[in-house]
Amino acid sequence: MSVFTTPARRGTPPAATGGARSGVLPWLAVPALAIFVAFGVIPLVGVLFLSFTSWDGLGEIHMSGLTSWRAVLADPGLVHAVLVTFLVMAVSWAVQTPASILIGVFLAGHQRYRTLLAVLYFVPLLLSSAAIAIAYKALLDPNFGLGAGLGIDLLTQDWLGEPVLAFSVVIFVVSWQFIPFHSLIYQGGVRQIPRSLYEAAEMDGAGRVRKFFSITLPQLKYTIITSSTLMVVGSLTFFDLIFVLTVGGPGDATRVLALDMWKRGFQAGLMGPASVIAVILVLVGLVLALLLRRLGGRDANASQMEGA
Amino acid sequence: MGLTHTTGPGRTVAAEQEPGRRRSRPGDRRRSRPGAERPNWLGGITSWLWLAIVIVPIYWIVITSFKAQSSYYATNPLAPPPEPTLANYKMVIESDFPLYFLNSLIVTVGAVVPAVAVSFMAAYAIVRGGSFRFLRGVNALFLMGLAIPLQATIIPVYLIIIRLRLYDSLTGLILPSIAFAVPLSVLILSNFIRDVPKELFESMRMDGASEWMTLWRLAYPLTRPAVVTVTIYNALTIWNGFLLPLILTQSADKRTLPLALWTFQGQYSVNVPAVLASVVLTTLPILFLYVIGRRQLLSGLTAGFTK
Repeated sequence: MSVFTTPARRGTPPAATGGARSGVLPWLAVPALAIFVAFGVIPLVGVLFLSFTSWDGLGEIHMSGLTSWRAVLADPGLVHAVLVTFLVMAVSWAVQTPASILIGVFLAGHQRYRTLLAVLYFVPLLLSSAAIAIAYKALLDPNFGLGAGLGIDLLTQDWLGEPVLAFSVVIFVVSWQFIPFHSLIYQGGVRQIPRSLYEAAEMDGAGRVRKFFSITLPQLKYTIITSSTLMVVGSLTFFDLIFVLTVGGPGDATRVLALDMWKRGFQAGLMGPASVIAVILVLVGLVLALLLRRLGGRDANASQMEGA
Repeated sequence: MGLTHTTGPGRTVAAEQEPGRRRSRPGDRRRSRPGAERPNWLGGITSWLWLAIVIVPIYWIVITSFKAQSSYYATNPLAPPPEPTLANYKMVIESDFPLYFLNSLIVTVGAVVPAVAVSFMAAYAIVRGGSFRFLRGVNALFLMGLAIPLQATIIPVYLIIIRLRLYDSLTGLILPSIAFAVPLSVLILSNFIRDVPKELFESMRMDGASEWMTLWRLAYPLTRPAVVTVTIYNALTIWNGFLLPLILTQSADKRTLPLALWTFQGQYSVNVPAVLASVVLTTLPILFLYVIGRRQLLSGLTAGFTK
């Protein structure tokens, strides 16, 4: 849940500031580099290494070649986990994006309520996923929750006990947490659209709907890509929420890749197969980031000002 | 929801397409499009409906946390507590929450301060030293780091922390937290440092200032709002972090708040008001930080303009 909207694609190499070639400069980057290498780069290489070993998390680490890979790739559980991961990704994107654009467009136009809405909309972002999941677990409890208390049968369901319902709950809670944030991104995007475009359209007699589809939406292209990147890459990190809410259940209904990795590694003590899942997770993340970056082109101006 | 339509149609149009800073435009522009638009019903309804969806659970959490467990089942869940009680909060506080709070505070401060400091130095170096191939490589490495989901590296991190004999210690939580915070912090900070006019750097150099002095005397004051933003963001992420404490700690006295919440919930799941009191209690410091941070963000921005 990144609060910033500057996506990875802003990664054009920094403009060389001519002349100021001071030998001290590289040293200033060393502390950050050192800690990132120790706990970021080495683990990244390490996870690939561990995927060729067998380790129970406590004892000795043994080389085991492709055993873990064979076991995981032959396991129908993997296909299921990949499927659930992409389903969570796709559905949460499809739910959040239209709602966020709609709210963002609305917020951009109404000075009066903007501050109030922005302050309140921000609150779900402050809560930890664990806290949110715990609160929703209590709220949705069929016996002790809100539905039971109000006596409304429609709300008194076994929300986390039925596969489809549990999946829907995960999507809903994700939306609850992040739609406000993405609305604020879209609000920023809408405000940067030059007013002259609308004036021209109005001269031609374009109505609200027409203006939305012909001007607002195309002009929001880069905002949509930024927001979608955050949603899609972010959806790979829904571990906390799903872990506390359903632990992947009922059955395997919400067992996403990250949870699959945790269960294999830290619950079953099979760090080799768990590392295989981790490698797959890394690949999925990288491929998605590259795809979205290509989609966004090399543009650097669209998202510069929104997050600040 | 009806509130959205109190403004006249012409007014709505003007407000919709005219961000605040462009308000000084001639007013006749507004009048030139009489009643061309109806209010944005769909957007308005969605916005206020979603506000309700955001607020109702929060409202329910807060009021329920003040209800006695006995009255929880007897009263309307959305009605305020007939006799508000602090018993739930007392129970939570007596369940070692002050210790968990302290742990979270140590980990957060202990990780955020170094993370922002080293990131700022690196961002400064990357912007100022673009002619060094080494620094371009470092930048590329951090950018790559942004695309990798954190949990994917957790197993080797776990192994490294064990080997360093830091398992089940707060230091073992702090070190990876710093590392995970670096890529995004560097990206944001370098974007802001890049906006500092080059002439200022030049004049500092003419005055014979070292890079270190330029960093602290020029770059830091001019980008302080960004530093505050990055600090708040990292503090939020680390304070709310769940996976690292879950995997890298074991004993109860090393728990941080999100993990403590989870275990508390496991123990007292039937006592809904107490569970919700623990949720409220762990969120208060963050709310506090948000309130403080908003103001500081604003003052930082205005200071940047007046100087």
